[in-house]
Amino acid sequence: MKSFVFPEFEITRDEEKCGQCRGCERQCSFGTHTYDPLTDRLISDDYKCAGCQRCVIFCPKDAIVVRPTQSFYRPNASWSREKMDDLKKQAETGGVILTGCGNDKPFRIYWDHIVLNASQVTNPSIDPLREPMELRTFLGAKPDLMDISTTNGDVEIKTEISPNLMVETPILFSAMSYGAISYNAFRSLATAARQSGTFFNTGEGGLPKEMRQEFGKCAIVQVASGRFGIDAEYLNCASAVEIKVGQGAKPGIGGHLPGEKVSLEVAATRMIPVGTDAISPAPHHDIYSIEDLSMLITALKEATNYEKPISVKIAAVHNFAAIGSGIVRAGADIIAIDGLRGGTGAAPKVIRDNVGIPIELAISALDRRLKNEGIRNRCSIIAAGGIRCSADVIKAIALGADAVYIGSAALIAMGCTLCQKCYTGKCNWGICTQDPRLSGRLNVDIASQRLTNLIHAWSHEISEMLGGMGINALESLRGNRDHLRGVGLYEWEMDVLGIKGAGE
Amino acid sequence: MPRIRRELYNKEICACSIFGAMNRDGERFTGKGVMLAIANMHVRGNGLGGGFAAYGIYPEYKDYYAFHLMFTGNSPEAKRSAKVGFDAFLCENFDVVSDEEIPHSDEAVVSDPPLIWRYFVLPRKQGEEALLSDEDYIVKMVMRVNTEIENAHVFSSGKNMGCFKGVGYPEDIGEYFMLDKLYSAYTWTVHGRFPTNTQAWWGGAHPFSLLDTTVVHNGEISSYGTNRWYLEMYGYACTLQTDTEVIAYAADLLMRRQKIPIEIVAKILAPPIWNSIDRMDEKEKKLLTTLRMVYGSLLMNGPFAIIIGQTGKMIGLTDRIRLRPITAATRGEMFYLSSEEASIRLISPKLDSVRTPNGGEPVVCELNNIRTVLE
Repeated sequence: MKSFVFPEFEITRDEEKCGQCRGCERQCSFGTHTYDPLTDRLISDDYKCAGCQRCVIFCPKDAIVVRPTQSFYRPNASWSREKMDDLKKQAETGGVILTGCGNDKPFRIYWDHIVLNASQVTNPSIDPLREPMELRTFLGAKPDLMDISTTNGDVEIKTEISPNLMVETPILFSAMSYGAISYNAFRSLATAARQSGTFFNTGEGGLPKEMRQEFGKCAIVQVASGRFGIDAEYLNCASAVEIKVGQGAKPGIGGHLPGEKVSLEVAATRMIPVGTDAISPAPHHDIYSIEDLSMLITALKEATNYEKPISVKIAAVHNFAAIGSGIVRAGADIIAIDGLRGGTGAAPKVIRDNVGIPIELAISALDRRLKNEGIRNRCSIIAAGGIRCSADVIKAIALGADAVYIGSAALIAMGCTLCQKCYTGKCNWGICTQDPRLSGRLNVDIASQRLTNLIHAWSHEISEMLGGMGINALESLRGNRDHLRGVGLYEWEMDVLGIKGAGE
Repeated sequence: MPRIRRELYNKEICACSIFGAMNRDGERFTGKGVMLAIANMHVRGNGLGGGFAAYGIYPEYKDYYAFHLMFTGNSPEAKRSAKVGFDAFLCENFDVVSDEEIPHSDEAVVSDPPLIWRYFVLPRKQGEEALLSDEDYIVKMVMRVNTEIENAHVFSSGKNMGCFKGVGYPEDIGEYFMLDKLYSAYTWTVHGRFPTNTQAWWGGAHPFSLLDTTVVHNGEISSYGTNRWYLEMYGYACTLQTDTEVIAYAADLLMRRQKIPIEIVAKILAPPIWNSIDRMDEKEKKLLTTLRMVYGSLLMNGPFAIIIGQTGKMIGLTDRIRLRPITAATRGEMFYLSSEEASIRLISPKLDSVRTPNGGEPVVCELNNIRTVLE
């Protein structure tokens, strides 16, 4: 059947500059570029191009430009080009449209409507280059009261303190499983987490045995509905365990790692046969209600001897704040909430683009709910989904989060260009693929350095902003909405965010 | 579910002068000296607030809680009607032993004074409330009055102590309440205020108090939002539109309810930096790490110097990086705390010792014999 869909990108090659080195041909796993020996020229097939810009960046002569195609249907506010192309694809295939990365639709990005405070006159701003600036954060349950006894000036704490994760900066790497991403990408995240005093999250694909000793201390291991790769050692080598209930990119939907991506190593890590599809069911089939979650939390605490905080990750959906409260009461030490713009390696596009609520509103709603119920101390909140820069991090914390997870941002640091073709397994950047030829492109030393640099840079920027507000410890900003103002927001939005408008 | 409206409260920002004087033997003296001392720091205030806390002023009523009430309103009738509303509430929940309008001098320079009344009361707990301790009951009732009864504010609620405050320079407020003539106390703390961003009102002046804990504060708490929500979870309603009340409530929560000694409380309000903690010996490191982990939300960030008054005790504390100074001095049995040393020298030219404590280091002065006050 002849496809009626436009190419998404058009490739122009400057023939003057092109040296026929065929680098672009080798770089592109989608087969966009081919060499024609008859004319000694490279030919590009726009239809195959994913727009990942790999060939552009690696062309030694800077001869290639890839940009969204100029062709257009008659403009129509209702029938956008994307809507028409998606519809045509479905007419041609009869299938669900898959995609990767996070929601790219123009839902309001609240981060960009919130501004931060700074000190002037009445309160000195603090220079982080000269004064200590503290970003250290503890994630986990804290007691409401402490029983402290003093005998002859000797102070003793009698209260048993729950295990907490200590992070040097409030930025953790979000769950991305080995299988979805390449071994090199996975290992880069682990290495960077260890270097930066923070944590990476294994996702639901297990933790390769040879990494457990070295990286267990900086790992949060996930228990998801597919229960892949879980054994006692997996749970106990890590610093925390996370039960994954939902994901911002696809709330209510399970996961599907196609058999082609299940290599020998992935199979061993996930504890499934080579080449079989790894299917994570939509719900946990042992959690059909909150009391079931409570039992799983307790089971995991038993399995880890009450030495590790248990996190529960849910997607931010309509009534999630009440669910969050239930999760705290069910015994979770950390709640991770993943917002509308959270990323994924593969999801039905219609789900990714239409389900869930923005993380900014979710953080504030959950924080306030837990405070109103007087149980905010009993858990920490990690916010995920759509954190793009250090300002987003600091705003998330002022809205009530304890820390954030970054996923897409970390991938972008390693080279990802958000081309949304993760589900094809052909990632030219070596990130979201199991093809050894492609994954070999990602050098662990370089990628982990890029990630470490990113965390360092963001932490420094957070210190600058914090110092500007006259605050020298991050905990003094948590839930401190006083330092935020809204610009261009409706009254109801500011109500939910709990912030005043600029100038109010 | 109805939408929760965002709050449009105003956090007050002010720079100030603070002064405290205590006689460790418990001998009582009038407010004359402290009025002189605070007047010496006149330029640190702008006439929009001044106040005093005095301990040991009601020996004849020492077993009763002394409530100082402020009834505000645009007209004398409005103030009277606020009082009527409060009186009804009071009679239901307390046994009133004595009450009177707090005497004042009409010659003092103050603007728009509210009706100010004092009551000596005993709690009358009913039903489930019988399970509460007297102090918890008082706290609960004070919170209720301040949030629910319009135009009525309890601004002092301890035993054998009282706060006097209002809009004006502190020396004028002292004159208004005739503190140099009518009262003698073993501890006086004083505050002169320089607010920048809110309309001055009598309730917003310092000291802030709950039971017998009073706080006078110089500085701005940039962690206010964080501190406030934490305290609200424990039932403290922050209604006075200023950041100082969070210190009073934090002191009440930590010292009275959780019985944490002041040395540890100082480590919660103004903890050492992680770099120092990481270098401490294991035991101390564990203690301070745990304190910061659990009480991170009570860390008072931003510049402050405070004087906390309690029965038999006066405590000075500055923020962790000492952005606002405080000077501590002694002379015989007298102990002084002040924003400026000159004020201390003014009333006591010769001093035995003078020092400026480090950031986050509490200076504590206690009565040599607490019984002189209690019995």
